[in-house]
Order: sequence, then structure tokens, then C-alpha cells
Amino acid sequence: MSSVAFLVLAVLTIVSGLMVVFSKNPVYSVLWLIICFFSITGHYILLDAHFLAIVNLIVYAGAIMVLFLFVIMYLNLNKENEPHKPFLLKLAAVISGCLLMVILAGSLKGFSMNPPTQIPGTFGTAKGVGYILFHEFLLPFEVASILFISAMVGAVILGKKHIND
Amino acid sequence: MEEIQRAFGQIGINHYLFLSSVLFSIGVMGVLLRRNFIIIFMSVELMLNGVNILLAAFSRYSGNQSGQVFVFFIMVVAAAEVAVGLAILVMIYRNIRSTDINALKNLKW
Repeated sequence: MSSVAFLVLAVLTIVSGLMVVFSKNPVYSVLWLIICFFSITGHYILLDAHFLAIVNLIVYAGAIMVLFLFVIMYLNLNKENEPHKPFLLKLAAVISGCLLMVILAGSLKGFSMNPPTQIPGTFGTAKGVGYILFHEFLLPFEVASILFISAMVGAVILGKKHIND
Repeated sequence: MEEIQRAFGQIGINHYLFLSSVLFSIGVMGVLLRRNFIIIFMSVELMLNGVNILLAAFSRYSGNQSGQVFVFFIMVVAAAEVAVGLAILVMIYRNIRSTDINALKNLKW
């Protein structure tokens, strides 16, 4: 059952990822990206990472995508007015992307790992991940809050029209 | 259904390796292919997500939850990056009045 679910989700992820790149209209790109993030949430659920699934749904599919949509509407990009690269450059881009995929997949092909037969019941839940987060990774967690504050201040300063008013 | 299941067997780490490398390559392709800087930004998000899936898969297949904490931190950094990046993009748009990345080639040789 889970292998069928994995295949369906993987096809959905890859197809929506391709549609993000190949859609003409930026609004459609964002909508396909939302579908892609939803399918990635499904992958997290299959991988027993329930906490990450919810965080991915809230942060990526919620906050970040809303930010993208707002910016696209603010810049009024709802029509296709993007100049195109020359055909030869596009062909080169597709070929080099496919070559990168072949190299990555080929270099990782022989790798195998046996999953542990039993995992703790709190694996990937908010309880299990939170315990590790606040014991082993407490300092990075606090540093991340400083990073957030500086990003927020930076975004506000950058977004202002004139620095002096 | 049964045939598919038999053909693929148990989903191993290989499937996740392949999926995440495909997703990463799609992101790279988008960066190379498009000229709209918002789409380029979205492609970078795709690349980040490919890596996130791989980290979660390794975390599951080694039975160690620390990998999920790393995914959490990547999400935090990605959120901060998107906020600052989109602010920069809006400011660039105010100055050059287009979303074309080719207008920004002062640093290109």
C-alpha cells in the first residue's frame, strides 16, 4: 500500500515541479508549487515525520506561498510578458539539467540502507522532535530566532520606499 | 496494483534518492531556463525541498530523529530567505520596472 502511495505522490511531485518551471504564467507557477508542497507533505507523512509534515504545510504551503502570491499580485504579473531566452540556450539548460540528474542519480545508485525494524513510538511526532530540539539543538534554536529577527528587520528596511521618512 | 507493488517491492532509500535528485535537477533547470526572477526564486525553493525530502528519508532509514531537526532548521532559514529575497525583488522591480533578470547584468563580464 505504501509503495503505491509513494509512487502516486512522487509522480505528483515531479509533474508539479516540472509545471512550476514550464508554466508561462507566474500565477500558475505558484499554484503548481503549492501542489508540489502538498505532495511533499504526503512524503513526510509516509516517512513518519508527522511534525515536519504539519510544519511544511503551515510554513511552506501557507506562509511562503502567500508571500509569493502577494508579491506576484503586487507586481501585477498575471499575464505572460516574460521575454524568452533563445532556443539554443533553453536547449542547453534542459540538457544540462538532465545531465545533472543523471549524474546525481547514477552516483547514488548503488547505495542501500536497511531501515530499523522498529522505531520508537514518538518518532517524528512533536514530542520526539521537540525533545531533541530543546535538548541537543537548543543553541541553534535560539540562534535561529536571532536570524528571524534580523531577517524581519531587513525585510522591513528593504521594503520601505525611502529610508529617511 | 499488486503488480506495481511487486515490481517496486518495499520502498527503499534508493527511491527517495532518485526523487530528490530529480526534484533538485528540476530546480536547477528552472534557474537556468527562466528569466523571471520570481520563478527563479521558486526554483530555488524546489531545490531546498528536494534536499529536505532526502534528509527526512535518511532520518527515517537510520532511525535517528536529528535529521528531522535539520529539516526544521532548513525550513526556518528558507522562510527568512524568502522574506528578505522577496523584499529585495520588490525593490529591484521599483527601480527597473521589469522582472527580467537580464536587466541586472552590471556584474556580468
